[in-house]
Amino acid sequence: MRAEPVLRAVNLTKRFGGLVAVNNVSLDIYPGEVVALAGDNGAGKSTLIKMISGVYRPDVGHIYLEGKEITMASPLEARSLGIETIYQDLALCENLDATVNIFLGREPTKRFFGLFKQVDRNLMLAESNKVLERLDIHIPNLRRPIRQMSGGQRQAVAIARAVYWNARLVIMDEPTAALGVPEQRKVHELIHTLKRQNVPVIIISHNLQDIFAVADRIVVMRRGHKVGDVPASEVTDDDLVAMMVGST
Amino acid sequence: MKLQSIDFRSSHFWLDTLSKIWAWLFLLGMVTFFSVVGEGFLTPFNLQAILANMAILMIIAIGQTYVIISGGIDLSVGWVMGMAAVIAATVMNRLPESSPLWLVVISGLFAGLLAAWVAGLVNGILIARLNVPPFIATLGMFGIARGIGFLLSGGMPVPIYVRGLGFLGNGFLLYHHPTAGWSFLSPPPGLAQAELRNLTGYFPFVVLVMLALLLIAHLILSRTKFGLHVYAIGGNKEAAMRAGIPVARRLVAIYMLSATFAAIAGIVYNVRFTNGAANAGEAMLLDTVAAVVIGGASLFGGAGTVIGTLIGALIISVLANGLVILRVNPFWQFIAVGIVIIIAVLIDQAREKFAQE
Repeated sequence: MRAEPVLRAVNLTKRFGGLVAVNNVSLDIYPGEVVALAGDNGAGKSTLIKMISGVYRPDVGHIYLEGKEITMASPLEARSLGIETIYQDLALCENLDATVNIFLGREPTKRFFGLFKQVDRNLMLAESNKVLERLDIHIPNLRRPIRQMSGGQRQAVAIARAVYWNARLVIMDEPTAALGVPEQRKVHELIHTLKRQNVPVIIISHNLQDIFAVADRIVVMRRGHKVGDVPASEVTDDDLVAMMVGST
Repeated sequence: MKLQSIDFRSSHFWLDTLSKIWAWLFLLGMVTFFSVVGEGFLTPFNLQAILANMAILMIIAIGQTYVIISGGIDLSVGWVMGMAAVIAATVMNRLPESSPLWLVVISGLFAGLLAAWVAGLVNGILIARLNVPPFIATLGMFGIARGIGFLLSGGMPVPIYVRGLGFLGNGFLLYHHPTAGWSFLSPPPGLAQAELRNLTGYFPFVVLVMLALLLIAHLILSRTKFGLHVYAIGGNKEAAMRAGIPVARRLVAIYMLSATFAAIAGIVYNVRFTNGAANAGEAMLLDTVAAVVIGGASLFGGAGTVIGTLIGALIISVLANGLVILRVNPFWQFIAVGIVIIIAVLIDQAREKFAQE
């Protein structure tokens, strides 16, 4: 028997006017599992993910996190529940350093000579080092602005931020879209590290190489429906493309 | 896993360092030059005059620093200052003649602040909630505050008839006389009128006020969550929002803070010149932006410091003073400040370019 799923989405439906963007889709995500969400443009991948990350409320259906039903009014609420989404643009402040970015919006403070609360930069640095070590990421000089870091390092900072706040589920939207080949490989390694830490990952990608490099399971969407849910080891590129375009 | 990093240590490191310290070096060079060449430049009297003369500019520039780091600009500061000065002057004149001086100043300050807060609140709401670009929103407020200031004052400066006010604005913490010795807060008693010429004052009140505000504003910006959020909003507003920072509330606070500093500058004008004039801050807008930019802030937001702005204001103020001492036509000052601004922006751009590569 498998463990209890971390996330269960049951019969999710989302309509925009007459268009049914996601039609009665169910999805279970298990601990330490990497699930790739594949599908052509407009297949409903993004809408499905946005319901899970609190951007949209489903019209029909339920979402359970570790067995408890949840409703989220905003992405912030989803984050506070442990559902962290890493967007394609990473949402980092490039003028600030990695430690500040990891703690942005939730900065720890201490008293400044008992007068006022000041941001505790030393604590942020120490904690950042800890979480980066946990993820086996080595970035020299964390006090440099993000602007001066490589694409892979930025991706690593975004992932570290998600993990630091005890993410129970990480959603990654096209994580390798803007990266060169060596950096893509590093992101794949990071996803494997997350997996080893038992954090499940949902990855949206157009890149079949990406999908086969990291995914345990592939969920295929077409025109709002879930048309496939298969172990990655049991399908080929061609099978996947066939499911995506519906020409079997 | 090893993520390799680019080594910036070579050319970038030096450019980065240069961009951080060139303003200090420039100021130091200028002070040295004027000290050697200008007679009477390097005296306690003159150095304190430089600081006292830049107090109004510096106080407004503190608020402008916050605004520019957040990625905006506040065009209304000069006229909000004038409006606050006129309102404060009017209120001070209306108080009974027997009122103690501190009450007069506090009442004026409070009245000026109230008016400025309305202006700052409107600016903030337009920018944060209604998504009006800061340039447009504060340009609107520029006109509104200007009109209100002139309407309330009838287009003329409002003289303030309060005994002792000018002393407060131009007084010192300590006085020294070669024969009568030291005294605290007021000149030694019993000095003949002719002897007052030999009196030296130390620590002008307005400079002390300026330094106190500077220190507080510096600590808030560099150490508190609010300060960090100002940088985050200027760096990437969208990311700040997604990280849960209450961006709209912070922006309203930033523009209200800017208006607050403008109003305080208005009161400093009141006590220094014992009047309130709607156009008191007319020249302040460009000078504050110049001080902030020379101080290392980026007009695109996300970078800058209060201390940097202090250096910028010092450069402008020392330049003005030194040129007068050298008997150079004071209009050269505009040209000199213009050149310094262009240098500042060129250095900033060169650093950015290297940082991206």
